[in-house]
Amino acid sequence: MATTVHEPPMITEQPTNGGGAPPAIPPLEERLRSVSDRQPEPARTGIWVALAAIAMSFAAFTSALIVRQGSPANDWQHILIPRILYFNTAILILSSLTLEIARRKTASFIRTQGATRGQAMAWLFATLGLGLAFVTGQYVAWLQLRSEGLYLSTNPNSSFFYLLTAVHAIHVLGGLGGLARVIRRLAPATPILRKSTMDATSYYWHFMGILWIYLLCILVFKL
Amino acid sequence: MSQEAAHHGPPTSFIRKYIFSVDHKVIGKQYYGLALVAVFTGMILSWLMRFHLVWPNAAIPGLQSLSKVGAPGGVMTPEYYLSLLTMHGTLMVFFVLTNAPFAAFGNYFLPIQIGAEDMAFPRFNMMSFWVTFVAFVVLMSAFFVPDGPPISGWTAYAPLSAVGSDAGPGLGMGQNLWAISIALFCIASLLGALNFISTTLDLRSKGMTLMRMPISTWAWFITSCIALLAFAVLLPACLLLILDRIAGTSFFVPGGLMISDRLQPHSGGSPLLWQHLFWFFGHPEVYIAILPAMGIVSHILINSMRKPLLSHRVVIASMLSIGFLSYMVWGHHMFLSGMNPFSALVFSFPTLVITIPATILTLIWLGSLYGSRLQITSASLFALGFISMFVSGGVSGFFLAQPSIDIYLHATYFVVGHFHLVMGVAAIFGIFAGTYFWFPKMSGHMMNEALGKIHFWFTFVGTYCIFMPFHYLGLAGNVRRYSSFVDDYLQPLLPVHKFITIAAFCTGAAQLVFLFNLIYSRFKGAPAPDNPWNATSLEWTVPSPPPWNNFGDKHPVVYHDPYQYGVEGASADFIMQDSPEKVPVQS
Repeated sequence: MATTVHEPPMITEQPTNGGGAPPAIPPLEERLRSVSDRQPEPARTGIWVALAAIAMSFAAFTSALIVRQGSPANDWQHILIPRILYFNTAILILSSLTLEIARRKTASFIRTQGATRGQAMAWLFATLGLGLAFVTGQYVAWLQLRSEGLYLSTNPNSSFFYLLTAVHAIHVLGGLGGLARVIRRLAPATPILRKSTMDATSYYWHFMGILWIYLLCILVFKL
Repeated sequence: MSQEAAHHGPPTSFIRKYIFSVDHKVIGKQYYGLALVAVFTGMILSWLMRFHLVWPNAAIPGLQSLSKVGAPGGVMTPEYYLSLLTMHGTLMVFFVLTNAPFAAFGNYFLPIQIGAEDMAFPRFNMMSFWVTFVAFVVLMSAFFVPDGPPISGWTAYAPLSAVGSDAGPGLGMGQNLWAISIALFCIASLLGALNFISTTLDLRSKGMTLMRMPISTWAWFITSCIALLAFAVLLPACLLLILDRIAGTSFFVPGGLMISDRLQPHSGGSPLLWQHLFWFFGHPEVYIAILPAMGIVSHILINSMRKPLLSHRVVIASMLSIGFLSYMVWGHHMFLSGMNPFSALVFSFPTLVITIPATILTLIWLGSLYGSRLQITSASLFALGFISMFVSGGVSGFFLAQPSIDIYLHATYFVVGHFHLVMGVAAIFGIFAGTYFWFPKMSGHMMNEALGKIHFWFTFVGTYCIFMPFHYLGLAGNVRRYSSFVDDYLQPLLPVHKFITIAAFCTGAAQLVFLFNLIYSRFKGAPAPDNPWNATSLEWTVPSPPPWNNFGDKHPVVYHDPYQYGVEGASADFIMQDSPEKVPVQS
């Protein structure tokens, strides 16, 4: 016998016009959570899900580092991280600021609230340039480490240095790909940028910044 | 309904329609096909192993052509036995038990069951399948490199898996291919989980609240949450393993290790670290395999009983609890690893606790079945078979959860019997149940019920004949992973092994009935109506098979909970979710 019977809601079908006013919310049984008829955008949800997975991966790397540090072999040799990493950190933080401005300008442009496409593009290109500068700076850091005779397999500390910075840099490159996509979609020839795409890209980018600061702490205090 | 990210037009070319398709239904079928190839390959490997175990000196025709080194004259070497063991486990766990119940059925039916046109990210979905396919090809290519597939087992325990070819055959290129394959599989699974979660949260149709989702959809959703975090840990683990193998790092290999008279160029690594990372994935993986089967079986049993389960909410809460607890129990695979005995106690407790939601689920299934007029179909038989296997395999889990008992049984066939029943066979019964139930929707043809029932009884009896004696062997001290039993104390157990081997051949042969039924019905089966089982959920509101955009130009509206069966005063004994028919409120 059914246990969850209830009155069916009276629903009036309303024509959808591809982005216009949403149709009426169907009245539902009281004890069920009502469904808002908002237009959830998977890009925004998807990016949070992706960030959860990335956070989990770096948690795994961190736990590996902690276990490896406690090895009875006592081969954990402190290394001084290249100073350029601090400069790179400043660049990445700055890129988050420029992207936030770009996001607001883009939203303003999409809603025709004053900002121009050119302004939004300029800040996006600035972020792209800073992102590329960050990755280049990380490469310079690797070259410096190499010049000191510290390679991937030299000791566990250098292994984790290369590993963490490289995996982070790969994710940053992914973010740069996302930025390039946003720029392409904002271009006059293909004006199909959704705000959710811009938001998702910016969440990802800011997360890369936070993740890098976390990794920098690990590199400074643990390695 | 939001279809913001699911917009794509109808496929216009053969390649877009059948190969690089973004249609979740085609991708679901592709996953199913890949799982089918993997499961028959894995089964043949198990036949070869079972044959060798009881007739270790007999030549197996054709085996030499697969590996001249591993099977000179057709007789398997002990090392090659381990290679086949590794490939059997890897194929079955990753490419069958993860692919079929989760990726295949989930891809096909999750969007339809929530009233969506497609997955949230169709291109990622396509990429997910093709990366899985490449992972499969990379894994299988290990059969064709000079020293064959790795011998380190599907768990690839370090340092054996990390030191290279000095330690034995298959540990050179074969192990590299294994690690790359699993890393690729992780990436594909992460993309899949991302899609499942976003789709469930964002693309539900009007009226489809979370509690109105069918139990199968809930199971896929919970599984994708588990998979997201589990594969996100296995991927870094594989990366570290690959670096140890090819870049000379020392994450998992300790110092001073002499292998084949050669000092290994590593120092200070922790083999236990691999086990922690692997099993942090590995135990949730058990639930990645079994939870979708639980959802599928619940969905089918409700339809066959023509009444809902005793409590929809408790079933969902139990599955959520299992998903949550699955992250707290990984250490019970490591009682023998040398970790702190206090850790064993800590891991033993949640392992016993996780049996509570599993038991609640079982009691709900059994309690709901009590007094119901179950319609006996191939699907419902396999659903019952699932419960039987899950209970039989689960009961032995109570013993293994206790470190003092596990220490004795861990390296024996008792564990082999336990995990094959509770995870392997149970999930495969779930896959069979899902196949017999949803085949009409997927293909537009009915499967042959008589052949389905024959298939069930042979498989049901056969699997018990194979896996129940394993428990006895384990209790008698029969170690696992040995390629033959030459020790005196094992000789009396050989007749049991022979019985198991014959049962394995017969049960495997019975699967040809299923394969025949599948292929024959696809082309010659009776045409399937839209709703052959008089079911209530949204997949039965669309044609069989559904059009490329599932619901045509309509956006379904959901008025009811998913399982409105046996409703007094209704026009039929069921009310579909999208029916605006008024349901009388019970006093």
